[in-house]
Amino acid sequence: MCKEGRHREEHREILHLHRSVLDKNNQAAEKNQALFYNLLAINLMSSPGAGKTTLIQKLLEQTQFRTAVIVGDLATDCDAQIIRQIGIPTIQITTGNLCHLDAESIAQATKKLDLESLDLLIIENVGNLVCPAMYHLGEDLRIVLMSVTEGENKPLKYPTLFKSADAVVISKSDLAMAVDFDREKAMAYLSQVVPQTPIFEVSARLGQGIEALQSYLAQALRAKRPSLSLST
Amino acid sequence: MHEVGLMRSAIDLALEQVKAQGRKKIHRIDLSVGELSGVGPDALMFAFDVVSKGTLAEGADLHLTTEPTLCYCTYCRREFHPMSWIYACPHCQHLSNDIREGKDLKLVSLEIS
Repeated sequence: MCKEGRHREEHREILHLHRSVLDKNNQAAEKNQALFYNLLAINLMSSPGAGKTTLIQKLLEQTQFRTAVIVGDLATDCDAQIIRQIGIPTIQITTGNLCHLDAESIAQATKKLDLESLDLLIIENVGNLVCPAMYHLGEDLRIVLMSVTEGENKPLKYPTLFKSADAVVISKSDLAMAVDFDREKAMAYLSQVVPQTPIFEVSARLGQGIEALQSYLAQALRAKRPSLSLST
Repeated sequence: MHEVGLMRSAIDLALEQVKAQGRKKIHRIDLSVGELSGVGPDALMFAFDVVSKGTLAEGADLHLTTEPTLCYCTYCRREFHPMSWIYACPHCQHLSNDIREGKDLKLVSLEIS
């Protein structure tokens, strides 16, 4: 062996890092969390067309919370327009080709909002049951929505996202019979994949189940900000 | 899919480290992929070739290991690796919501020169 030659060739070394690839996003999420100290931030996630926008619209139609909404989509501001119609300040993020919102995009969007004057910030994520699972935005609650039209087995097919949820909402419950949605089966799957997670069944169209979800959010907001006084 | 973005973050992190050490080349990258991370190893491999091109990491060996999910059972007060997506404790069968490991994508180590 030629010691000198080997030395000339290269001196290799191993660097042990053990760093999360998502460090940058997680740091930005922590900063957001600090900005959200006085409001309740919700990250609402589902597949495309599960009814996120309609649910937000119904939740906020008669809300006592000072609320703003951030909406993520690949393109268009259709959803933001719908929510603005009910007088809620709404920021649209168009992600281009990105399949999820990240903490930095939320940090940019919130610059356009007066966070101090808000009780509630709802972030409607890009319709996707995979990628948003990994990206924390600085939210207090992660809510995953599944519509009855998607079938009962969504939690089994996309367990990663469902397991990251603080609450699950089954939407479009008024259509259950029309699409042969097996409620018992859905509940059984959910209790296996997300035991202990609260489940809400709603029909935004008929206004059913909305109150229960509103109370849940009110309770979470009170827990975060005990000084809050609301009329109810 | 988001693997390209994640791989770019991983490579950025790796390049930062190599430059901080004043080194010139990355020979090997070890990543640990959490079972629950929602990341596909094949897609990561594919993304690596694209993203590393023209950087100090081009041509490096990429090694992926899976980090298994680790849950905690509050009844038995011990950790366990679940056998399926249903996180039932193997000792008492109670379902667990307490996930301790398996969500992350980590840059474990680099071989550099």
